[in-house]
Amino acid sequence: MFIQQLMNGLVLGSTYALIALGYTMVYGIIELINFAHGEIYMFGAFAGLILVTVLKVPFFLAFFLAMALASLLGITVEYLAYRPLRRSTRLAALISAIGASIFLQNLALWRMGAQPYTFPSPFEPKVYQTAFFTISRVEIIILLFSFLLMIGLSLFIQKTKIGKAMRATAQDKDTASLMGININKIITITFAIGSALGAAAGVMVGIYFRTVTPSMGLMPGLKGFVAAVLGGIGNIPGAMMGGILLGITEVMGAAYISSQYRDAVAFALLIMVLLLKPTGLLGRPTQEKV
Amino acid sequence: MINPYYMQLIILVGINTIMAASLNLILGYTGQLSIGHAAFMSLGAYSSALVTLHFGFPFIISLLCGALFSAIFGVIIGIPTLKLKGDYLAIATLGFGEIVRIVCLNLDITGGAMGLRGIPKKTTLLWVVLAVLVTVFILNRIIKSRIGRALIAIREDETAADSMGINSTYYKILCFGVGAFFAGLGGGLFAHYMRFLHPKTFDFMKSIEHLCMVVLGGLGNMWGAFIGASILTVVPELLRSVADLRLLIYGAVLVLMMRLRPQGILGPQTDIAPAIEKIRLKFKSIWHRLARGKT
Amino acid sequence: MPPESILTAAGICHSFGGLMALEDIDFRIGRKEIVSLIGPNGAGKTTMFNLFTGHYNPTRGEIYFNNRKINGLKPYQITPIGIARTFQNIRLFGQMSVLENVLIGQHCRTRTGLFGAILRTPGCKKEEARARELALEMLSFVRLEEKKDEKACNLAYGEQRRLEIARALATDPLLLLLDEPAAGMNPQETISLMELVRQIRDQMGITILLIEHDMKVVMGISERVAVLNYGKKIAEGTPREVQNNEEVIRAYLGDSA
Repeated sequence: MFIQQLMNGLVLGSTYALIALGYTMVYGIIELINFAHGEIYMFGAFAGLILVTVLKVPFFLAFFLAMALASLLGITVEYLAYRPLRRSTRLAALISAIGASIFLQNLALWRMGAQPYTFPSPFEPKVYQTAFFTISRVEIIILLFSFLLMIGLSLFIQKTKIGKAMRATAQDKDTASLMGININKIITITFAIGSALGAAAGVMVGIYFRTVTPSMGLMPGLKGFVAAVLGGIGNIPGAMMGGILLGITEVMGAAYISSQYRDAVAFALLIMVLLLKPTGLLGRPTQEKV
Repeated sequence: MINPYYMQLIILVGINTIMAASLNLILGYTGQLSIGHAAFMSLGAYSSALVTLHFGFPFIISLLCGALFSAIFGVIIGIPTLKLKGDYLAIATLGFGEIVRIVCLNLDITGGAMGLRGIPKKTTLLWVVLAVLVTVFILNRIIKSRIGRALIAIREDETAADSMGINSTYYKILCFGVGAFFAGLGGGLFAHYMRFLHPKTFDFMKSIEHLCMVVLGGLGNMWGAFIGASILTVVPELLRSVADLRLLIYGAVLVLMMRLRPQGILGPQTDIAPAIEKIRLKFKSIWHRLARGKT
Repeated sequence: MPPESILTAAGICHSFGGLMALEDIDFRIGRKEIVSLIGPNGAGKTTMFNLFTGHYNPTRGEIYFNNRKINGLKPYQITPIGIARTFQNIRLFGQMSVLENVLIGQHCRTRTGLFGAILRTPGCKKEEARARELALEMLSFVRLEEKKDEKACNLAYGEQRRLEIARALATDPLLLLLDEPAAGMNPQETISLMELVRQIRDQMGITILLIEHDMKVVMGISERVAVLNYGKKIAEGTPREVQNNEEVIRAYLGDSA
C-alpha cells in the first residue's frame, strides 16, 4: 500500500516537476513569477487533444507538436506581456503576468466552452502487476517521458553553449550581455523550453486523468510554482526534486490524512518550507548587503 | 428610489473600495506583496455571518466580530510570514489564502461545499457608505501619522528604516492586522448582503481582483483604491452583454495598463484635488472656446 | 589620555561563511571625539559599522556603548540608545519628501500608537508639531530647508548626502557614524562637509566616527585615525602618526614602496 502510494506520488510529482521547471527557468532569468505558465500547460493539453482527435495525428507526433506550439505561445506571451516591462517594477510585471494568465484562460473558455473534454486513450490500457505495486502503461510512459525530458534539459543546460549562456544570464544579465550574449534571445529560448516542458506535462496529465478543461491550468500551475519554490526557485535540480517531493507529499497526505485536504497539504508544505528555509531546499542562502 | 440593479452596483463598489483600501495599506503604503486578501475577507464574512446566525447579535457587533477575527488571524499569519520578502511573501500569502479556502470548504460549521445559507440581509446602502467613510478616515489618519511614515519608510528601504529605529517587523504585522481588520469588515458587509457564502467566492482570483483594483487605481493612493474598485466593479457589469469576453478583456486591460500606465490611473500619493482642478480648468477652456465659437 | 570612551569594541571578529572579514579588533572612541576609520577597499570598515549598528552580529567579541553591551541588539533597538548612521550608497526614502525623511528620524523619539494616531489626540498633535519643528531645525542645519517639500530622490547628490546626515541627526544620537560622506562630492562641497562635521561635534556635542577615502578630509578633521587592512587593525593614532606609519604606507602603496 505504502509503496503503491509512493509510485502514484512519483507519477503525479513528475508532472509537477515538469511544470516547475518552466517557472524556475523563467524566474532564474528574469525574476518573474510567470503566472501564465499554468495556462501554457492547459494550452498544451488542448493542443494535444485537438491534434489527436480532430487532425488524427498519431499520439507521439501530437505530443511533440503540442510542445512546439506551446513554445510559440510562451514566446508570444513573453514578447507581448513581459518584454515591454523588463525595466519597470516587479509588481507591474507580476500584474501583467496575472493579466496574461486571465486572458489565456478566458480565451480558452470562450473558444472551447467550460465543459470538460475527454482525452482518448492513445494506448491499450494495460496494468502491470509487480510484487509491491501496480502500474499502468500510461504511468510508465509519463515517468519515462518526464525523466527523459529532465535529463535532456540538464544536459542542455550543462553541456551546450546556449545552456552556458543561459546560466550566465541567470547570474548577471548585464555582465552576460557585455560578454556578447544576446539576452533577448536567451530569454526567448528560456520561455520556449519552459513552455514546451509545461505543455508536455499538460498532454501527459491529459492522458492520465483523461480530461481537459480551460481551467485545468490554475491548480497545477500554482502547485508547479510551489514545487519550484520548494526546491529553491531558479534552481533546476531543485525544481525536479520539489515537484516529486510535492507529488509524493500530496498523495501521502490524501491517503493518510484526509483526501479533502489534498490541496491544502501542498500549500501547508509550501508555507513550512518558506518559514524554515525561505530559499528552498536546494537554494543558497543570501546575505543582504547593507 | 434607486433602481435595485444600480443599488447592488453601488453597494459592491463600496465593499470593494473597503477591500482595495485595506489592501492598499499593505501593498501600496507598506510595500508588502500580499495576494491572499480574499482569505481575510472570507474570514470576516464567515465569522460575522456565523455570529449573526448563532447568537443573533446586532449587526454592528457581528461586523466588528468578523473584522476582529480577521485581524487576529492577520496578526497570527503575519508573525511568521512577514519575515519573508517580495515574491516569497506573495507566495506564502497565496498559500495561506488557498488553505483558508480549502478549510472553509471542508468544515461543517461553514456549510462546507454546500455553502452557508440563510444569512439575514442586513447590509444597506447606509451601512456601506458609513463603513467606507470610517475605513477611509481611519486608514488616512494612520497614513498621515508617524505610523504611516514608518510604513512608507519600510516600503522605500527596509534597512534604512531599521536604522532609523523603526521595528519593521512590528509595523509590518501591525499593517497586516489593520488591513485584515478592514478586509474582514468588507467580508461581513458582503455576507449580510449576499446572504449566501461559498468558499469559491473567495478564491485566488478574488485576491487577484483586489490586487488589480489597487494597482489600477494607483498604489499608495486612497482615492486610487476607490477609483480602481469602481472601475473593476462597474466595467465588468457593462461588459455583461459580451459576458463570454468579459474576463478576456479584463486580462488584456491588465496587461495593457501595466504597459501604458503602470503607476495606475492616479499615481502614488497624488492628491485628487489638483487633478480635479485640472479637469475643471480643461472644461472651462473648452467651454470658453465653445462660447467664443458661438459668438 | 583620550577622554572617557563612549564606544568600546573588545576582540570583535566577524566572518561571512568562513571568510574572516574582521579579526580580533579592539577599538574605542572617546566622548566627543572625531575619529576616522580608513583602509583599502574590502578592509572591513563598513562591516565594522554594521556591527556597531546591529545590522550584523559579531561572531566573537563584545561591543559596549555608553557602558551597555549592545551586541545582539537589533538596529531598531540600537538607534534609540544613541547610535545613528549614514550609508555608503545613500539610502534615502526616495518617494518621500525631504521633510518626511527627517521626520522619520524622529520616529524613535515619539510614542503615538495606533489609537492615538486614529483619534489624533492632543498628545499626538503636540508630539507631531514638536517633531516637525525639530526636523526643520535639522534641515536648516544642513541648509536644505528650502527643499523641504521636494521628493528626496530628486535632490542632487551632495544634497542627498546632507539630507542623510540630517535624518541621522534627527534620531538625536550620541554617536554618529558616517560612511564615506565625501564620496562623489566636488572640492567645494567637501570643504563645507568638513565644516558641517565639525559643527555637529562642536554645537551638538555628538561623537563622530567616519569612514573616508579622501585623505584631505581624514587628515583635516579627525583627531584620531584607525587603519584597517584585511580585517585587522594595523595602526591607530593621530593623523600625523598614522601618516608616517610604515605598515600603513605598505598597505596603501604595496611592499615595494
